[in-house]
Amino acid sequence: MKQSETLLSVEDVKVYFKYAGGGLFSQSEPQYIKAVDGISFDIKRGETLGIVGESGCGKSTLARAVIRMVPIHAGRVLWMGQDLVSLSTDDMRGKRKDLQMIFQDPLASLNPRMTLGQIISEPLKTHFPKMPKTEMRERVAKVMARVGLLPNMVNRYPHEFSGGQCQRIGIARALILEPKLIICDEPVSALDVSIQAQVINLLMDIQKEMNLSLMFIAHDLSVVQHISTRVMVLYLGNVVEIADADDLYENPSHPYTRALIAAVPDVDRPAPADRENMMIDGELPSPLSPPSGCPFRTRCPKAQAICTEEKPPLLEPAAGHSVACHFHTVAQVG
Amino acid sequence: MSLLEVKNLEVSFHTPDGNVGAVQDVSFSLEQGKTLAIVGESGSGKSQTAFSIMGLLAKNGTSKGSVKFDGTEILNVSEKELNTYRATQIGMIFQDPMTSLNPFVRVSDQMAEVLVRHKGMSKSDAIKDCIKMLDAVKIPDAKRRIRMYPHEFSGGMRQRVMIAMALLCHPRLIIADEPTTALDVTVQAQIMDLMGQLQSDFGMGIILITHDLGVVAGSCEDTLVLYGGRVMETGPTQQLFSEPTHPYTRGLLRAVPRLGTKHAQLATIPGNPPNMLQPPVGCAFSPRCDFATDRCKTFKPILTKFAQDRSRACHLQQEELV
Repeated sequence: MKQSETLLSVEDVKVYFKYAGGGLFSQSEPQYIKAVDGISFDIKRGETLGIVGESGCGKSTLARAVIRMVPIHAGRVLWMGQDLVSLSTDDMRGKRKDLQMIFQDPLASLNPRMTLGQIISEPLKTHFPKMPKTEMRERVAKVMARVGLLPNMVNRYPHEFSGGQCQRIGIARALILEPKLIICDEPVSALDVSIQAQVINLLMDIQKEMNLSLMFIAHDLSVVQHISTRVMVLYLGNVVEIADADDLYENPSHPYTRALIAAVPDVDRPAPADRENMMIDGELPSPLSPPSGCPFRTRCPKAQAICTEEKPPLLEPAAGHSVACHFHTVAQVG
Repeated sequence: MSLLEVKNLEVSFHTPDGNVGAVQDVSFSLEQGKTLAIVGESGSGKSQTAFSIMGLLAKNGTSKGSVKFDGTEILNVSEKELNTYRATQIGMIFQDPMTSLNPFVRVSDQMAEVLVRHKGMSKSDAIKDCIKMLDAVKIPDAKRRIRMYPHEFSGGMRQRVMIAMALLCHPRLIIADEPTTALDVTVQAQIMDLMGQLQSDFGMGIILITHDLGVVAGSCEDTLVLYGGRVMETGPTQQLFSEPTHPYTRGLLRAVPRLGTKHAQLATIPGNPPNMLQPPVGCAFSPRCDFATDRCKTFKPILTKFAQDRSRACHLQQEELV
């Protein structure tokens, strides 16, 4: 198959949560929190799309929307050309074979009453109920070896493992169905530095071997840049910038992206003197009452009158580098 | 005289599964106005070191050794005596701003309590001081917001409340236990800048406990690297980061993904942190160390000074670690 084949195509997806009004007898129109407010992106086979943003920007909601763990308000999620939103629950379950997920908290996402073997084989039992036991055992052993778990661990329970090992179990569980896309929701945030590096390397190796696509969500920019082919920056449910990973870090053109990069503490040298200029004040505004116009304008050092009036559209001033800002700094092509 | 002098600190816990030596033979000192970073992975004993200084160990924990604050021994003294130091001389900022504030009590009452109790102020005076301190940590509209409950603040704002609370009595030492771990990078940068600024305003010493090496590089003069409850290496931060001499420090620094690097393999430290119920016999790091010899696996290395202000605990010479 070709490298450039598009696996997942998300088109203008909106996830709204109702928080008031709209009841049978209520006087007011329903009011919504716009957790994901019209996001579009593609993921190609074998590529990693990194998604970054502060807590509350909608990155986890977006991940859950893709595999329909939260209801989608509007938009389409195309999986190899087929719209997942309109599928029945049963058909969707079939699709989940190809779309697996790894969660943030390695211990909390494993059932404490199941042994490692039961946990890893459960997806097989769900999707291939008629698979013979011997084959199941073989496949579990194979995937355990692949992620670096020893065969004698198969009858142990999650609490007997460290955080890093639990995350390996989570990866094994996602891999056993040989999926095409794995959604990783902050898979290394809870791990220590030395263990984090092991897990990142493991994910990158497996990706190469199986030609997997990854949707990699994290708040740590250095991790995201390391693992991703392309990176998408979210702010308050909107895409503010999307570009190739190296391009994004070398030429960040949205003020928010620049602020995020400036805020990453550097191990190799103390904070640069000009960091002050790029830093942003305050915190993410409440999604209950988002700012008018550009969602970032309340914290933006460059904000002007137009930013309060008009929401900047996501434009693609250079091929492969999109940004939503009235005053972006992408060099225009043509 | 140093502001804080910790000598041969040992912390152990009695558990149903046996004794756990969480901190073993840790020594360091801190001068007024300086910042010391204590770095380590989970289970390295960094938080327990802080808790034992403050006399906050869990009931099954005991501490030995010596902790001198301004020349006076404060380890294992009575609760009453310790309370004359807590808040007024030594302030503490805890990791989790969500759980360290009482959810049932207004921020104004929680903060004022500190001043009423330690300084004998009237409540209305105390609240005035609290508002000033909230202004100092840059909480907008402090006068109105002080009347709110903790859940009405965001994570970053709650951490600012914690910092303001720790600073109320102008302590000479602040112990900050992972103050920014639960926060976003943008907010983390704001909080670290704030702490640096407050330090130059108030001149307090800070012990910063963290696992984030980037934060340390940006803000601390000296660094202490803990592993398995023991000091692996200490020294001035810049030197220690540019020329790490211990295999663990080297591995740790190499394992950090850096912005702007290409998609290469990350260097890793193989294996997992030690189980402190059955710690390794020799050097705590030996099971994960590429250079470990038989000697490393049987004898614990002693922390020895090898240059001005720098010490390391490793049997091997630096030249041998290639």
